[in-house]
Amino acid sequence: MTSASRNFDVLIVGAGPAGMAAACCASENGLRVAIVDNNPQPGGQIWRGASQSSAVPEAAPWYKKLAASRAQVLSGTEAYDHPAPGKLLASSPGGVCEISYAKLILCTGARERFLPFPGWTLPNVIGAGGLQALVKSGFSIAGKKIVVAGSGPLLLAVAAYLREHGGDVRLIAEQSSWPRLIRFGLALAFQKEKLAQSFALKCQLAGIPYKAGCWPVAAEGNGRVESVTLRSGNKTWKEACDYLACGFFLVPNVELPLLLGCELRAGFVRVDDFQQTTIPEVYCAGEPTGIGGLDLSLVEGQIAGHAAAGNREAARKLFRERDRSRKFAAALGRAFSLRDELHSLPADATFICRCEDVTLARLRNHSCWRAAKLQTRCGMGSCQGRICGPAVEFLLGWKPESVRPPIYPVSVSSLAKNISIESQSSLQEELR
Amino acid sequence: MSVASHDVIIIGAGIVGAACALACAREGLRVAIVEAETIGGGATAAGMGHLVVMDDSEAQFALTYFSQLLWQKLATDLPADVEFESCGTIWVAADEEELAAVKQKKVFYESRGVPAEILDAKSLHEAEPNLREGLPGGLLVPSDAVIYAPCAARFLVEQAQSRGAQLYLPAVVTEITADGVRINNGSTLSAHWIVNAAGSWSPSLTPGIEVKKRKGHLLITDRYPGYVKHQLVELGYLKSAHSFTSESVAFNVQPRRTGQMLIGSSRQFGVEGREINSAMLARMLSRAEDFLPGIANLSAIRSWTGFRAATPDKLPLIGPHSAREGGRDNLFLATGHEGLGITTSLGTAALLVDQLLERPSQIPVAPYLPSRARENVHA
Repeated sequence: MTSASRNFDVLIVGAGPAGMAAACCASENGLRVAIVDNNPQPGGQIWRGASQSSAVPEAAPWYKKLAASRAQVLSGTEAYDHPAPGKLLASSPGGVCEISYAKLILCTGARERFLPFPGWTLPNVIGAGGLQALVKSGFSIAGKKIVVAGSGPLLLAVAAYLREHGGDVRLIAEQSSWPRLIRFGLALAFQKEKLAQSFALKCQLAGIPYKAGCWPVAAEGNGRVESVTLRSGNKTWKEACDYLACGFFLVPNVELPLLLGCELRAGFVRVDDFQQTTIPEVYCAGEPTGIGGLDLSLVEGQIAGHAAAGNREAARKLFRERDRSRKFAAALGRAFSLRDELHSLPADATFICRCEDVTLARLRNHSCWRAAKLQTRCGMGSCQGRICGPAVEFLLGWKPESVRPPIYPVSVSSLAKNISIESQSSLQEELR
Repeated sequence: MSVASHDVIIIGAGIVGAACALACAREGLRVAIVEAETIGGGATAAGMGHLVVMDDSEAQFALTYFSQLLWQKLATDLPADVEFESCGTIWVAADEEELAAVKQKKVFYESRGVPAEILDAKSLHEAEPNLREGLPGGLLVPSDAVIYAPCAARFLVEQAQSRGAQLYLPAVVTEITADGVRINNGSTLSAHWIVNAAGSWSPSLTPGIEVKKRKGHLLITDRYPGYVKHQLVELGYLKSAHSFTSESVAFNVQPRRTGQMLIGSSRQFGVEGREINSAMLARMLSRAEDFLPGIANLSAIRSWTGFRAATPDKLPLIGPHSAREGGRDNLFLATGHEGLGITTSLGTAALLVDQLLERPSQIPVAPYLPSRARENVHA
């Protein structure tokens, strides 16, 4: 395995909309710019597969801009360590590479939140975005009965997509209540484009029952999911399904910001007007600064790109647009906040940590993450708490612990190769 | 003067404090355990949980062997989550010179009643096929074992509690007073004896004791059941473990019941921060790859650091602080166990109780008395 070293003026982590926008703006100023991204193509979760299709019209101009810019895209590359200021280590198809930067923009996106309920570990109970990604990569759901459940606008997009690809989507169960959603709808109405988007979505969804104030309480099946028990008000019933696609809104990916020492506020990366974090030369844009969706990600990415490139004037011109998008984001957060009843979703015997088979009852014996981790190994499996962490925070109120390298599982050799030239010679001595 | 609320206050619920608490409770003493954070959350959590008989000095051997026998006696009572495994240790020789040392090591162990078996190149390869080709051999010590120490500490605390011990958690001791301890919520506890078992934090409560923080890194892999079958330690380990000044790494790999492997070890003095030092981690893993080349391609899922409570002569401090100049006759120490606290916790607890109750011990206590430290440092 060969190690490579590269050097950039502006390095961006994550090639979703925020990262793409940041790269486009930063490279306008003639700087050496690169994006590292763990997917084969730029686009992130939301635009996955959109680079080769015209199915996502709002993505096309950004792909064009990115292609026209001189920004390099290092695909299939995942940053896992921050060995020294101004440096990241990443695993890539060509081996480990050390990437140096003058400025760093973190656009690490968000992931779905899973809430455990009895049966959630059955095969074919799957993340809503995860099922969509599977279908995008060729997995067939033709004729399969699917229930989409949880919370957030993502459920609508996923349901529409699954249906378009032959899935028999039986129901969308949204835990949030109609009154909350209507208030959100009113907020949407003040933004013309949003209204058009949601109208288009509604057309695609025509005929799929959408129930608000409805959530899954159990999944049943022999060897794989066969039905889901849903609750709405005092009523519970079973809905037959081949797949249960679940996601309870989004949680930000803050592992890399934390590794770099960025401060969080209420779980999100703290940034100033120019998207700069509490660490000088490190910026952050998109979902890690607050779940706000596509438009906010794009405008934050542009501001961060300009600011990191030293063009504060260009950045400042986008502040008003960002303010508008932030209002939408705030409305979004209120509309899809999780209801209290969801705290009682898991039973005592329900696994909370599926990597290490830790039940809720075992966690309840402890008073904090650290004690629970040490005694039960909750969150210490291969996902490193990415799935159970947000669930535990919601269910038990425990805040996540510190982050250490590697932030993703990597080969032992990836960590063994991190030897600067000075320490290499002393190692040689030691090995005689 | 008011009546003491306890007979003995143990500061720290690491494995050493937990063992001391249980040993005291078994004697019918009224025990208070005061823990600042979580049970077994310090070096107990950071370390490997290797129960190992050491041969680097007679005193080290005596305490580790005595303790090992106590662990074996306790093994059947240990709950499943303690994951007691008699996997044995293989001390791996890297070259012919080290193979010669293997022979001396065997004689040392066997003459003291510890079975040990020399493995030649072929039998070493059969025992651990993933070790590098061409290693000349090693020494198998089958009676060594591994445990998951945080759960062992919790078990010992629970056993003590079932015999009446009181656990104060979370409670940070801010000061050791004339007749007890002051806690950060402003309250005080009083007792006949106070035992400082706070590991690498112990000098902050008892200034002047010669315990220094010695930082270590560890890494855990994903699950590869059977990839290694014994605790594997390079024979040169003692060379690095024995330097009181420099930074060092040594090959030390442990199989866990989950199929995961713990990879160590590193030693650094004078470093306070808990952060991972990527260069140190890299040196440590390169060393491990040198012995187990195939681990290069295995998945590493987590790394962490911890602090060993190290003493200049590598032996713990067990006994009264009073024998030291300016020491106190009701203050006892059970600290300074460096990388052997998991193994020696049970022996330490036995020696401590014998001293509290002024009765003879099964092994001589003199090498571990805090009073010896000053004379022996430069010996």
